[in-house]
Amino acid sequence: MRLGTVAGSRARGDGALKLAVPRGALFGGTVELLDRIGVDTAAIRSGSRALVFDGGGLVLVTMRPSDVPTYVEAGAADLGITGKDVLIEQRDRAVYELLDLEYGECRMVLAARRGDDTMAEAERRLGAMRIATKYPRAAERHFQESGRRAEVIEVKGSVELAPLVGLADGIVDLVDTGKTLAENELEVREEIATCTARLVANRVAHKLRATEVDGLVNRMREATR
Amino acid sequence: MIHRIPPGTRDILPEEMRELRRLQVALSSVFERHGYGEVATPTIEYDEVLARGDERGAPVAYRFFDADGELLALRTDMTVPIARLVATRLASEEPPFRLSYFANAYRAVRPQRGQMREFTQAGVELVGRDAPDGTAEVVEVLSAALDAAGLTRAVIGLGDADLYPQLLAELDVPGGQRDGILELLAAHDLVGLEREVDALRLGAGESETLLRLPNLRGGAEVLDEARELGGAAVERASQRLAATYSALSDRGVAGRISLDLGLLRDLGYYTGAILEVYDPAVGHILGGGGRYDELVGRFGRPLPAAGFALYLERVHIAQAEEERVGSPQEARA
Repeated sequence: MRLGTVAGSRARGDGALKLAVPRGALFGGTVELLDRIGVDTAAIRSGSRALVFDGGGLVLVTMRPSDVPTYVEAGAADLGITGKDVLIEQRDRAVYELLDLEYGECRMVLAARRGDDTMAEAERRLGAMRIATKYPRAAERHFQESGRRAEVIEVKGSVELAPLVGLADGIVDLVDTGKTLAENELEVREEIATCTARLVANRVAHKLRATEVDGLVNRMREATR
Repeated sequence: MIHRIPPGTRDILPEEMRELRRLQVALSSVFERHGYGEVATPTIEYDEVLARGDERGAPVAYRFFDADGELLALRTDMTVPIARLVATRLASEEPPFRLSYFANAYRAVRPQRGQMREFTQAGVELVGRDAPDGTAEVVEVLSAALDAAGLTRAVIGLGDADLYPQLLAELDVPGGQRDGILELLAAHDLVGLEREVDALRLGAGESETLLRLPNLRGGAEVLDEARELGGAAVERASQRLAATYSALSDRGVAGRISLDLGLLRDLGYYTGAILEVYDPAVGHILGGGGRYDELVGRFGRPLPAAGFALYLERVHIAQAEEERVGSPQEARA
């Protein structure tokens, strides 16, 4: 159940497949999906502070969603589940995106203060708008692709604060219900992407453990339908 | 005071160097045994020469001007310089050419384990021998090199670079969407692929072909599965792969081949067979290669060719990981 039972799991290419499971907003949907495909989730649900769990035929390792591509690219996990927002931001990570799991849906948007024109004005008069975000590379690319220039400011905490106190003219962030935006008198100006949970795979695991990987993908695809 | 070195470069100390050198000697004796003589070319080349070989190839990490104002670049691999060499220095000699190299190359990548901006490649090029036999010879040398490195569990993926371009042409997919789909296939973004294929509004059978092909990988049976999907491009690629596979069987190395219809390499010069090398102990690709029947011709001497390059440092990491995996102490840790 704990680390002891999955000892030797470093020995890649042998033993059960390792799946990186995201903590946080996608955790609930992920555990439900694992239940539906018959993975033993009792241990991972227990609220234990362990990080590695035996899912019965599948080793589950829990981590922040933004760490999933790192572990999967390196092969420390064979497969992983994370949000499309993470994959967009970490586009240079060489992982295979196998399946749209369809839960955890949210939108990546450009938002600004309601009824306020500073974003357009900054672009018109200063040549660039200031955009605060936790997704600097995704934001940068969005503006590049639409032929505009933005000064992207990376912040770690509540992004909504930035336009309220004049750090930025707008924000690029994830929106679920839109409640947080509304409470801070912000409104959506542009939709950048719709993000759901995705199944990703390590390139070598996808090649060398094809049967097991395909088996898991098919079970997840069935369960998602 | 710390004196810095550029990101993506590193110093190598004697203990590691000894192991790298031992590995290099082992590989070198395999190359020599198969008749591949070692060559060296300049680390710096004219930028236009590298671009002629491969305009959409690996990203150049370093470019600079010499005293005459000429634009120079550090090579991104050895295949393009060797194509130049074959077309110029060896212009008056008769093919085939069997050449090998151990050389540093440079790419603009995000530095991480086993992926530096300066790295060493060990490889061979066979110029003047057609598919399938030329390909099979190269794969045989690659297989012997992996054995000599002690990577007996390593697998060689074998795919076909022309499959998707020809298939998309056959399906009349327009240029813009075609490039988009090839990019998604190279990144193996199957979710994006499904979205793009849906947008094409093809027939059900054609959509299924595009979506199922990238997942077909394994033994000889995947060629039968591919053929069932139908279409001239798939049929031709299956025939090329079957011919290579049978030449590999004759040479006794088909056992470590994984046929892979989803394989697409990111370098622009490949035609026909493409290769990738995997070891179950590491998550990175150890090397790759394939046929580049048009590359030497771009330098003025049309000759068929094939080759492979192993990333020396990654092979070394794989050796270390295989040792660790194999040791009973680690299993208890």
